[in-house]
Amino acid sequence: MNDAFAQIGLGPFLTVGAALLVLGVFGIFLNRKNIIIIMMSMELILLAANINLVAFSAALGDLSGQVLTVFVLTIAAAEAAIGLAILTVYFRNRGSIQVEDVALMKG
Amino acid sequence: MMIQLVFYVFAAVLIASSAMVIFAKNPVHSVLFLILGFFNAAGLFLLAGAEFLAMILVIVYVGAVAVLFLFVVMMLDIDFARMREGLQRYAPLGAAVGGVLFAELAMAAAHWASSPVMPEPITGGLGQPGGPMTNTAALGTLLYTHYILLFQACGLVLLVAMIGAITLTLREKPTGRRQVIGKQHERMRADTLEMLTLPLGFGTDANGGFLRPAKGYYDTAVPGSYGVPAAPEPPREEVRKVDGDAP
Repeated sequence: MNDAFAQIGLGPFLTVGAALLVLGVFGIFLNRKNIIIIMMSMELILLAANINLVAFSAALGDLSGQVLTVFVLTIAAAEAAIGLAILTVYFRNRGSIQVEDVALMKG
Repeated sequence: MMIQLVFYVFAAVLIASSAMVIFAKNPVHSVLFLILGFFNAAGLFLLAGAEFLAMILVIVYVGAVAVLFLFVVMMLDIDFARMREGLQRYAPLGAAVGGVLFAELAMAAAHWASSPVMPEPITGGLGQPGGPMTNTAALGTLLYTHYILLFQACGLVLLVAMIGAITLTLREKPTGRRQVIGKQHERMRADTLEMLTLPLGFGTDANGGFLRPAKGYYDTAVPGSYGVPAAPEPPREEVRKVDGDAP
């Protein structure tokens, strides 16, 4: 446990992570029509997970948490790329990104 | 005390900018607040001793992902006012879910205690401050030894994501000029290359020029153009007939 982290403690880090998670979930419900904001909320949720992983990694003196954070960052980047590509194609085909219209894609 | 002050500044700005991400009217502002939030999260990572991850967060997230979001938001011509119609309708539901989630998290945090019997960390105390390695070196050591298969799998995930994104968004232009591979393979050297042996002092113009073969590619040469002999005069049969009748 490094010095700065020992002064702050695990609790405040987890609180920040929890607040970010709640904000992300709330954002998904709040902006149900805007899929871009929904994807940004997903990024917030992943960031909350990352903060928790890093905090526990520092608290336990185990570097595995930071390795997991690297993997989460990778997945988040891939997910953002694919999601935005789908969004672009959808906008090109339909001229809007209304989430409700996506139901029309059902065969 | 100073460290705690820094932490609370970072945390407060992070949470405030995250709130602005979901409440901002303009999605461009949302993306910019997301970038601000990532910067502050990087600050928190630094405080927790994860220097490499902090830099990765700034470079990969702010430099790539958030800018990708910004591109898409600005590229798509979206009626954002229409997007916000259902805001009032969904706000109570979202607040209820968020409140329940936060209450559960608070309860879990209040009654949580770490196990007294902690397993030995598999990293063996790598990357500790004052240890023999920096954070980045320790992370690299761990990634390339113990987590090498997961690391390779991450590379595959990124490859699939890249191919998927390109495949999804690549659009064939109907007017695009493309190489016809079959035709290209059919090409023989004799079709395109003509070897001339010229004595000194003679140009190649009289021999059909050296810029292109005299016959042109695929026999498309226009008679009379540079390097191509002019079309032969059509035979004047009527004239010859008249001449034959004259004597």
